[in-house]
Amino acid sequence: MYKILKYSFFDLTRSSWSYVYFFFYLLLGITLLFLNNDLSTAVITLMNVIIMIVPLIGTIFGVMYYYNSREFTELLLAQPVKRSSIFLGQYFGVAISLSLSLILGLGIPFVAYGLFKSAVIWDFVMLLITGLFLTLIFSALAFNIALSHENKIKGFGYAILLWLFLAVIYDGLFLLSLVYFQDYPLDKFSLIATMFNPIDLSRILILLKLDISALLSYTGAVFKEFFGTPLGAVTSMGMLILWVVFPLLRMRQVIRKKDF
Amino acid sequence: MIRIKDLHKKFGSQVVLNGLDLDIEEQGIIAVLGPNGSGKTTLIKSILGMVVPDKGQIDLYEEIVIKRWKYRQNIDYLPQIANFPGNLKVMELITMIKDLRGKEARDQELIEFFKLQPYLDKKLNKLSGGTKQKVNLVLCFMFDSPLIILDEPTSGLDPISLLHLRDLIQQEKEKGKTILITSHIMNFVEEVADRIVFLLEGKIYFDGTVSQLKTNTRQQDFERAIANLLSEEYVQDFKI
Repeated sequence: MYKILKYSFFDLTRSSWSYVYFFFYLLLGITLLFLNNDLSTAVITLMNVIIMIVPLIGTIFGVMYYYNSREFTELLLAQPVKRSSIFLGQYFGVAISLSLSLILGLGIPFVAYGLFKSAVIWDFVMLLITGLFLTLIFSALAFNIALSHENKIKGFGYAILLWLFLAVIYDGLFLLSLVYFQDYPLDKFSLIATMFNPIDLSRILILLKLDISALLSYTGAVFKEFFGTPLGAVTSMGMLILWVVFPLLRMRQVIRKKDF
Repeated sequence: MIRIKDLHKKFGSQVVLNGLDLDIEEQGIIAVLGPNGSGKTTLIKSILGMVVPDKGQIDLYEEIVIKRWKYRQNIDYLPQIANFPGNLKVMELITMIKDLRGKEARDQELIEFFKLQPYLDKKLNKLSGGTKQKVNLVLCFMFDSPLIILDEPTSGLDPISLLHLRDLIQQEKEKGKTILITSHIMNFVEEVADRIVFLLEGKIYFDGTVSQLKTNTRQQDFERAIANLLSEEYVQDFKI
């Protein structure tokens, strides 16, 4: 697997898209910091961007890479290499190169600005960790979609729909249900509903870390009560890990039976 | 060497392989022919483990191959479409495949043979179709495995390279290897093949030498003999 990972990664680091992604974050980081002159507002703005963009890029990149390397995958499948090693290698190649673009692109301007001397370093680290998780989760979901659909257009369509659902529609439905059932106690429901969407989960984790949960009024208090405790922290991290593990397990199941 | 028993494969509702039996014990060149959709590529891919059969058994050197992967160490395969990661250079790709196999390779010899030296530092997405096919051939032949599987080896090659390829295949045959070929170019097949395996509707429909095929179909011309195999008259005359 490491050999495949090495070469996928190598291939991707030469692709102009990785650089476009890297420079996008670099530019974003520089603009926010030097125009804003305030680290913590920069972190909040970044959060809003990261939570939308990282899943989108992860999904599109994952699907694109899978479809583009299909013939090459066939060549690899004829080599004495295990099937799961090929696909896991490619997956981690994509995920790691995207993560590197993110970390370097945001890290460089922040370090240049003097992050290590500031108090928001942990907020920033939290931001990067959730960014990493979102990359891992959404590239895994993208690989799953691509593996199940031979037709590129369909694959892309479903991938975009998935992103749209988790990033936008889910929240809408969530909100609607809160309004509709407002006469009932909803703390448990909203906690659980948050757990089932990695984007929401990441947002809550960052918001709580930034200690602006007061802005979220009563729900914020409930969330703080839960996510602020060690149990909450462990559960939410565990949930993010499960969001990575489950798609990977399904991927293994699918590739065992798939014909190429 | 290769023993295939009662192989079945369906894609959706379409039956591609329907109880296929095939024994290949001898060395030499075996051409797998058949009309489009007769299951040639599926058969080859089943041997390679790229397609998972629904039913049946494939043994290679007395070992079951389905859902295994180490046995591929002994197979060289040339895929139909040569498409590689565009950002890698030719030499990097060759090094990578060598690295994956962890086996002695004679890549230098083959690079000279196909005159690929000027392209070694070029990226793969900058190469023409024919040059890509040559890289594909180098990747396939460099390991010296006892079984070679070639899926449409002639596609995209210019006449000179085609001659080179023919020589190369003959050389490999003289080394005592077994070579499985599919091709649509009939005079290429006629010239090189020792045995013809003709597939129709997922079964073996004819199995024999070129001259047997000509006698059976009462045709002097190989292409006509193949066409005759498909005509109804013959279907009634000759059932196996």
